[in-house]
Amino acid sequence: MHDMKAPGTAIAELNGNASTGTRARFPVDFLFRKLTGAVALLVALTLLAIMFALVDEGSHALHVFGWHFLVTTTWNPVTGQFGALVFIVGTLISSAIAMLIAIPVSFGIALFISELAPRWLRGPVSTAIELLAAVPSIIYGMWGLLVFAPWFGNIEPWINDHIGAIPGIGLLFQGPPMGIGMLTAGIVLAIMVIPFIASIMRDVFMITPAPLKESAYALGATTWEVARHVILPYTRTAVTGGIFLGLGRALGETMAVTFIIGNANNLSASLLMPGSSIASVIANEFTEATTHLYKSSLLALGLILFLITFVVLVFAKLLLLRLERDAGGKA
Amino acid sequence: MISLRTRRRAINTFNLTMAVLMTVFGVFWLVWILWTTLRYGIGAIHLSLFTQDTPPPGSSGGGLRNAFVGSLILLGLAVVIGTPIGVLAGTWLAEFAARRKLGALVRFLNDILLSAPSIVIGLFAYSIVVDPSGHFSAFSGGVALALILIPVVVRTTDEMLRLVPGALREAAIALGTPYWKLVMRITWKAAASGILTGVLLGIARISGETAPLLFTALNNQFWSTDLSHPIANLPVVIFQFAMSPYRNWQQMAWAGAFVAIVFILLLSVVSRFILRRAKS
Repeated sequence: MHDMKAPGTAIAELNGNASTGTRARFPVDFLFRKLTGAVALLVALTLLAIMFALVDEGSHALHVFGWHFLVTTTWNPVTGQFGALVFIVGTLISSAIAMLIAIPVSFGIALFISELAPRWLRGPVSTAIELLAAVPSIIYGMWGLLVFAPWFGNIEPWINDHIGAIPGIGLLFQGPPMGIGMLTAGIVLAIMVIPFIASIMRDVFMITPAPLKESAYALGATTWEVARHVILPYTRTAVTGGIFLGLGRALGETMAVTFIIGNANNLSASLLMPGSSIASVIANEFTEATTHLYKSSLLALGLILFLITFVVLVFAKLLLLRLERDAGGKA
Repeated sequence: MISLRTRRRAINTFNLTMAVLMTVFGVFWLVWILWTTLRYGIGAIHLSLFTQDTPPPGSSGGGLRNAFVGSLILLGLAVVIGTPIGVLAGTWLAEFAARRKLGALVRFLNDILLSAPSIVIGLFAYSIVVDPSGHFSAFSGGVALALILIPVVVRTTDEMLRLVPGALREAAIALGTPYWKLVMRITWKAAASGILTGVLLGIARISGETAPLLFTALNNQFWSTDLSHPIANLPVVIFQFAMSPYRNWQQMAWAGAFVAIVFILLLSVVSRFILRRAKS
C-alpha cells in the first residue's frame, strides 16, 4: 500500500528448480521449501477462512430472516427483528460522499506533486500526505466528534439556508444543525482516504514516460492539457484502481464513522441527519448483543461488509496489476 | 469573443491553481489534526498518566498505566505471532514462487487481506478464538492484531528479498550452499533492514487499531497482564473516554491520543527512512 514501485529486476533465475531438488537428495531444502510454502498458503487461505467463519456465525440470522435480511429496514433488538438495509445504505452514502470529495482533491494533490511542485517541495508534501494515512482512525474520530463537528455545526445553518433552499437537491441539506451526521462522516472519511488515492495517483503520474509529455508540450499544449489528455489517459486504469482501493477503505472504516455518524437506526432523506453504517453498528452494539439471534445478525452484517469490500478490492487490485503489466519491465 | 489562446491559458491557470489549493486543503487537515492533538494532549500529560491506572467514572486523578502496558502486551503478542508467519510466507513468495502462477495468486490474495477492513478481521478473530473459548481475552486481541500485521510483513519481506541481487545467490550456489542455508544466511541477511522496516510499518499500522479489539481484548478498568482475560488497551480506552461526558476522561483521552500519535509518527518516519536507504 505504501509504495507500488516494482522491486527491481534482480530476481534469481534459478528460483524453484536447480537446488531446491528432491526429498531424497536434499531433505532440508525440501522441508524448508514445503514449510515456507505451507505458511504462504495459510496466509492466502485466510480470506477463505474469514468468509467461512462469518457465514457460519451469521447463518442463524440468515436462516431466520432469509433474503429479507437484505431489504428490511427494521432493526429492533427488543422484538428480535433485524434487517440490514439501513446500514447498507448508510455505508454506501457515507462512502459516496467521501469519494465525491476525495477524488478531485487527490487528483489535484497528485498533479501538484508530480508536475507543478519545485523539486525541493515534492518530498515534504508527499510525506505530509502519507502521514495523514498513518494517523489512526480513532484519532480522526475523536477529532471529528470533539473539534470538527462543533465547528461544522456552526456552518450547517448556512447550508440549510442556502443549499437547502434549492428545490430538489435541497431536501438533502435540511435538518437540525447538530454537526454530526451522514455528511460529517462523509467529509471525515474523505480526509482519511485522500492519502491512499493521492499517493497511487502520484506514483503512476510519475512513471508516465517523459517523451509522451514532452511531445505534447512541443505541440504547444498547456500543463493542464498535458495532464488531462496525456497523463490521465495513460494512467487511467491505475487511477481507477487507486480510487477503488480508497473506496474499499471508506466502506470498511469503523472508528471515525462510529464517532460522528450519529448512530440512528433509521433512514432519512437529509444528509445532515444522523445515520449508521454497517461498521458503526457492529462496533456500537456487538458487546451489548445478548441474544444469539442479535449477535448472529451483527456477524451477518460483517459478512455483507466483507463481501462488498472484497469485490471492490479485487476490482481495484486487478486494475492496478494491469498497469504494472502494461508498463513492462515492472515486476 | 475571447481568443482560443486566452481561453486555453485561462483554463490552464484556473485548474493549476485549483491543484495547488487542493494540496493546501489536504495538508491543512493534517496540520489541524496534529495541532489539536498537540494542544489538548500536551496539557493533559502528567507523570501520573504513566504511574496510575484508569480511574472509575466520576472520580478525579488516575492515569493510563494499565492501558499503555496492555497495548504493549498486545503489540508484543501480535509481533511474536505475526512476524515468523509473515517472514516465512514472504520468503516463499520471493525465493520459491517469484515466477509461478501460484505465487502471483498468493501475492494477490495477500494484498486483498492487507486492505481488508479491520473490523472484519476482528469479527474473524472473535469467531475463531473468543467464541470457541467462551470468553474475551488479551490473547484473542493479539491474534486479531497479528492478522493485520501479517500481510504487511509478507509484502515487505517479498519486496525486499526480490531486491537482493541474483548474483549473490548464484555465488553461494556455485560454492555448493544448500538453498535453505543460502536463504537464511545470505538473502535474509542482505534484506534484514528492509524486513525490519516491514515489521515496524506493521506495528505502526496496528498500534492505533481499535475496531478489532472491541470484540477480542475488550477493555479492563484494572491492571491485568493475564493473557486469558480482557485487557486494558490504549485505543479502546481512548474510544471510551472520548465518548464519555466526563471532562477529566476526555482530557485523558487526548493525552492518550497524543502519546499514540507521537509513537506512530515516529515509527513511520523512522521506517520510511530505513526503507529509502535499503532501496537505494
